[in-house]
Amino acid sequence: MKIGVLALQGAFAEHCAMLQKLGADSREIRQRADLDDSFDGLILPGGESTVMGKLMKELDLLQPLNEQIERGIPVFGTCAGLLLLAKQIEGNEPTYLAKMDIEAKRNAYGRQLGSFIASAPFAGIGTIPMVFIRAPYISKVFGSAKALAEVDGKIVAAQQGHLLVTAFHPELTHDTRVHSYFLKMVQRAAKKDS
Amino acid sequence: MSNRYELNKNLAQMLKGGVIMDVTSPEQAEIAEQAGACAVMALERIPADIRAAGGVSRMSDPKMIRSIQKTVSIPVMAKVRIGHFVEAQILQAIDIDYIDESEVLSPADAVYHIDKTKFDVPFVCGARDLGEALRRIAEGASMIRTKGEAGTGDVIQAVQHMRKMNSQIRQIQNMREDELYEAAKQLEVPHDLIRSVHDNGRLPVVNFAAGGVATPADAALMMQLGAEGVFVGSGIFKSGNPAKRAAAIVKAVTNYNDPEMLAELSTDLGEAMVGINADEISVLMAERGK
Repeated sequence: MKIGVLALQGAFAEHCAMLQKLGADSREIRQRADLDDSFDGLILPGGESTVMGKLMKELDLLQPLNEQIERGIPVFGTCAGLLLLAKQIEGNEPTYLAKMDIEAKRNAYGRQLGSFIASAPFAGIGTIPMVFIRAPYISKVFGSAKALAEVDGKIVAAQQGHLLVTAFHPELTHDTRVHSYFLKMVQRAAKKDS
Repeated sequence: MSNRYELNKNLAQMLKGGVIMDVTSPEQAEIAEQAGACAVMALERIPADIRAAGGVSRMSDPKMIRSIQKTVSIPVMAKVRIGHFVEAQILQAIDIDYIDESEVLSPADAVYHIDKTKFDVPFVCGARDLGEALRRIAEGASMIRTKGEAGTGDVIQAVQHMRKMNSQIRQIQNMREDELYEAAKQLEVPHDLIRSVHDNGRLPVVNFAAGGVATPADAALMMQLGAEGVFVGSGIFKSGNPAKRAAAIVKAVTNYNDPEMLAELSTDLGEAMVGINADEISVLMAERGK
């Protein structure tokens, strides 16, 4: 199983380390040529969504990634990756890949002093540690997106078919369960294809 | 260590692979964000102008910092003088995302740095070698950058600091465990931090390059030497075409190992900052705070 990890900016190395722990290969995507390789799943890491959004466009990654997502490749977005996948961002802000039926609120908990660690149930997994860094949350899900976790009444994880997003950073903890959950989504998608 | 320290180290992890740009106005902050900066450093004068003006250089007016916080969605950092813990209290009170306890400003204390463990907001500090880096981390810094020599546009000092730090890390990594005590003594740092470097082969926090980076090639050089991201101060807004140069440096940091792309990014950028050779200047900022 090989997972492409968008490596334009941010905490992509932490995702690669998590995948390695779980026995999956990863491939950093920094430019168009990196997409010549085929992969079974895609991770959009945390970092600054404005930076990743701009670089995706200017390095000609936006369209090919859009096509792969439309063909059904499983995608896991954390924090900034959640914003990249959201169809709506509060305050009528410009969207990026705009694939998922969620409305996200950027910097929803304020600046760095608002960053926090929580522990909450994640549907189908159990209670997990959640690290929020200048995080967004999901102000609403619509269409076929479903909430998977809430903290203080705010949705912080959601899934829509092959798309999974978390407002928090499982890659910054030692708990591998969310990544395992995603790799299972990838396995199921691979079975369907074959 | 507390949750707060972990969260502060985590924010630095989110900045990796990015470029943090010095800005002196909301207009410049917007240009920086649109060019792809992962954070901005709000200050009244960029280092090159601080150098030219001379005199005492202090924390910026909170009004100016707030106006930049309102303008951009990316993290906003600001500088305090070395040892000036009240300037740091003020920046924490205005909800700053990161404080740079910086040798670029005039030091407020010739002996003591700020006890950064007493703060909730994160600190980044400059270092010229592994000893300085680990002393700052012991004081509570959650991110390190090379000092380089700010405001010169001359990358030589940043290169030297990054090479030195990484070569010392490799030496520590190769030591027998019983040699680590002596290494801690030599470097004047706590043993547990030396131990962490020995076990992990890296600093316990994110390490950026800073001080003299002026071109996409400079930025890529620092990344190939092991920096996890880059600060660009005077290099952008002292150049002929700030927006274009800023965007090129951002892409150079992402694709630092692709010479063909770097060639394209280095093309037609207009005038670079004039620069002064680091050995021609009378005030070596990197000598402040050891």
